[in-house]
Amino acid sequence: MQWIQLKIDDKKIRVPEKTTILEACRMNNILIPTLCHDPELTNWGACRLCVVEVEGMRNLVTSCTMEVQQGMVVRTSTPDIREARKTILELIVANHDIDCLTCEKMGECELSKYAYEYGVKKDVFQGAKREYELDDSNPFIIRDLNKCILCGKCVRACAEIQVNHVLDYSKRGFETQVGPAFHLPYGESDCVFCGSCLAVCPVGALTEKQMAGKGRPWEVKKIQTTCPFCGTGCNFDLNVRDNKVVGVTSNPGSPVNGRALCVKGRFGVEYIHSPNRLITPMIRKNGELVEAEWYEALELIAERFKTIKEQYGSDSLAALSSARCTNEENYLMQKFMRAVIGTNNVDHCART
Amino acid sequence: MQTLAYPCCEKCNHTASTPCRDYIKCRVEGPLCHDDPDCKQKRQDFLAKMYDPEGLTKQILICTGTGCVSSGSQRLIELVREELVKRNLDETVRVRSTGCHGFCEQGPIVIIEPDKTFYTKVKPSDITEIIETDIVGGNKVDRLLYRDPVSGESAVTYETVNFYAKQNRIILNNCGQINPERISQYMAKKGYQALEKVLQTMKPEEVIEEVKKAGLRGRGGAGFPTWLKWNLCRKAQGDKKYVICNADEGDPGAFMDRSVLEGDPHAVIEGMLIGAYAIGADEGYVYCRAEYPLAIERLKIAISQAEKNGLLGKNILNSGFNFHLKIKAGAGAFVCGEETALIASIEGKRGMPKVRPPYPAEKGLWGKPTNINNVETWANVPHILRNGADWYCQFGTPKSKGTKIFALTGKVNNTGLVEVPMGISLREIIFDIGGGIKGNHTFKAVQIGGPSGGCIPEELLDLPVDFDSLSEVGAMIGSGGLVILDDTTCMVDIARFFLTFTQKESCGKCTPCREGTKRMLEILTRITKGEGKPEDLENLETLAGVIKKTSLCGLGQTSPNPVLATLRYFREEYEIHIREKRCPAHACTALLQYHIDNEKCKRCGVCAKNCPVGCIFGDKNNPYEIDSQNCIQCHTCIDKCKFKAITVS
Repeated sequence: MQWIQLKIDDKKIRVPEKTTILEACRMNNILIPTLCHDPELTNWGACRLCVVEVEGMRNLVTSCTMEVQQGMVVRTSTPDIREARKTILELIVANHDIDCLTCEKMGECELSKYAYEYGVKKDVFQGAKREYELDDSNPFIIRDLNKCILCGKCVRACAEIQVNHVLDYSKRGFETQVGPAFHLPYGESDCVFCGSCLAVCPVGALTEKQMAGKGRPWEVKKIQTTCPFCGTGCNFDLNVRDNKVVGVTSNPGSPVNGRALCVKGRFGVEYIHSPNRLITPMIRKNGELVEAEWYEALELIAERFKTIKEQYGSDSLAALSSARCTNEENYLMQKFMRAVIGTNNVDHCART
Repeated sequence: MQTLAYPCCEKCNHTASTPCRDYIKCRVEGPLCHDDPDCKQKRQDFLAKMYDPEGLTKQILICTGTGCVSSGSQRLIELVREELVKRNLDETVRVRSTGCHGFCEQGPIVIIEPDKTFYTKVKPSDITEIIETDIVGGNKVDRLLYRDPVSGESAVTYETVNFYAKQNRIILNNCGQINPERISQYMAKKGYQALEKVLQTMKPEEVIEEVKKAGLRGRGGAGFPTWLKWNLCRKAQGDKKYVICNADEGDPGAFMDRSVLEGDPHAVIEGMLIGAYAIGADEGYVYCRAEYPLAIERLKIAISQAEKNGLLGKNILNSGFNFHLKIKAGAGAFVCGEETALIASIEGKRGMPKVRPPYPAEKGLWGKPTNINNVETWANVPHILRNGADWYCQFGTPKSKGTKIFALTGKVNNTGLVEVPMGISLREIIFDIGGGIKGNHTFKAVQIGGPSGGCIPEELLDLPVDFDSLSEVGAMIGSGGLVILDDTTCMVDIARFFLTFTQKESCGKCTPCREGTKRMLEILTRITKGEGKPEDLENLETLAGVIKKTSLCGLGQTSPNPVLATLRYFREEYEIHIREKRCPAHACTALLQYHIDNEKCKRCGVCAKNCPVGCIFGDKNNPYEIDSQNCIQCHTCIDKCKFKAITVS
């Protein structure tokens, strides 16, 4: 690997080759605003917010796409650059539904973060605004195109993380929009509800339906945990407010899955606080299921296994385990059947 | 032997599967594959028949370019053929359909060879007279000759028409002369000889060197040195390389590439073959907009003919060089003229530009090194290689060599395609070739380079037209659109027109182009409606600056040019719109006020009767007045008033 020496804001910096200017800046705690860049997705260079000045280049360049070169001289925060970024933000804001009071994204909105940093007011450019109806057709995701800033992150997440290609740009000019093919409602598209689009949307254009009204980001505590739905071991953050799980958000730091989750992991939290949820073992007594203690239930099971085995032989018993169990649990299950019960009758729901 | 491309006898057994080094020479000057004086005679006779330098037979050339086809030239061909059969002349007089002559406004165009008589605006009812008077009688049909708009004199031949006389047609030379659907006619005009020379005698590096010496620069707009582009692609690492012809001509009013493809498609194919050999590519695409069905059709025919003659495919002319060419029809997006968007479109993706670097020369189509040139650039290549760089360098200026084709339109007498040497002044193009301004109006500006270009005022008309001089004054050659504006054109409105186009065609990817051009357009629209604010001009300039500096692709970066150039040279016109709420050119309808002059008014009431919104009131006893609040400035009252009593201010 070759090392590249360059100067950013008069500071001498050494980074590995193929590093982008943005990455080099981040490695050196130089803050650059971006709305369309995401380390998990391909570099897109669309929002133009991360522009910097490179000596010898005619125009400003996007730091997210430009790789460092030996001896490069970069400036990231001249008045010219800040002015250009401010104008870009003003242009985005002029065509964005300023609905911050009730917007689910408030507090985590990247646009409002940079608007605050650059002192952007909402009424610099007055004129036409997008007017689309709210798309409520997806069971899990609310799509509000009036807030969309066309950064294309959802398009890339759908294509590159989930490899599903449901979303793309359509139309041109001011009419440009992002959505499923033929402008179908989101719920009628081929969406598999992985929610990767949700996870990357920097504004309130894509928000989670079941978390709506359940709490502001700063009121919610994020608790990292492992998904219980299957053995893959995806990590995510439970969003907890007042000791209740209000939803799940993926965490880019998750070693197994990054920000990807499946429909169950991301949206299947309803059962946690469901009144119908079983919380103790149940034993059928006189034809009716009655709540029992664990020791009582386990004793009964052991007793019945023993009787059956004695009466009808080991092979009269069989076990079917679940894909939701971990490898270790599945291993224990077959070991138990073979060593304790004495049968090879083991099977698994995901065998075929 | 029907054409040059056919074998002359059984001994001549050239096929695509038996490639031969001397194929072209053999077909045109030959045969070389066998010695037979009769066969040689046959080929010479064919050539003679085609060009007929002695003038032994008459030929009727009928233009079948898109413009003339639209005005009915196909029907003319049928009628001419019928008429010739009727008079038993079909054996002695040949009828040929040709490509575009560039003077589409005067179409359908019919030329009689060998006299080169130039008939314009020929209608089906004129055919009998042409055959009778000209072909049979040997006289000219005077009423169909072109009449000079300035002198009023009629021009008999092609060359004496001012529109053509001052042109220097190299690229367009075959257009209008040969039948683009016959490879043999291209061969007879020295076609594919450059390829033969290159494959037989030159190394790829020598080809690039020759193009460098010729100083050829990209005709697509930016004027990037062609050799440099080729060399970058040649040097790029890759097991597979592509060449692409950019035929996605999208500038409003520009149709030079269409004409070349329709009129001389083999020249483009030959250029691409030579380029591919120089670069080391074995596959190519012509990306042609689907709105050019005739160009696509002619290209298809040309490609299939070239394949049949072993000029496309494997082991071309037994040189070991392989090249396959495909056509990809675009879906109508202006932005696909941008190279990276064009590549995305060929790959089946939405046509959106990508950030460069990496440049297509390193990572282009399917991630492989790719070289893209536009139609006109490719069409220049065979001429350079056939005649040599020194020959080519005699045209043009030290830094911009060769010729450039322009689409001359607007308020000028002669509109159409003109090919002129680089360095010619705008004044010569507009006033000599274009015949000056239409009617009794005066020249105001010329919009050059389409939506990415700028407006040039009268005082700069003597500027040489080349890549560098124009960019110094805030314009560019662009793809070569020249829109002439006169005193009735409002400069704010013209800027608005071009910006409307760019905004609609913005791919929507990057913020400054998508959102910024919209806001600029809104400001311009406001100004043309008399709702401009004093701070608008500054806002326009700020926005234009940011769009130029931060947009992703060349189209976005140049989109504010029409506004910046008009602000630079016609700022006062903007200020009058804002300050005085009036349009000096009387073009912005929202700013017009209609008045009835009571002294001239005879109170006939015709204006009131014809007013579509009923905003004119009055009767025999009361003077007529226009309610300016409700007037929609439709101009009907002025058109209807016989007494010229209604004026606009």
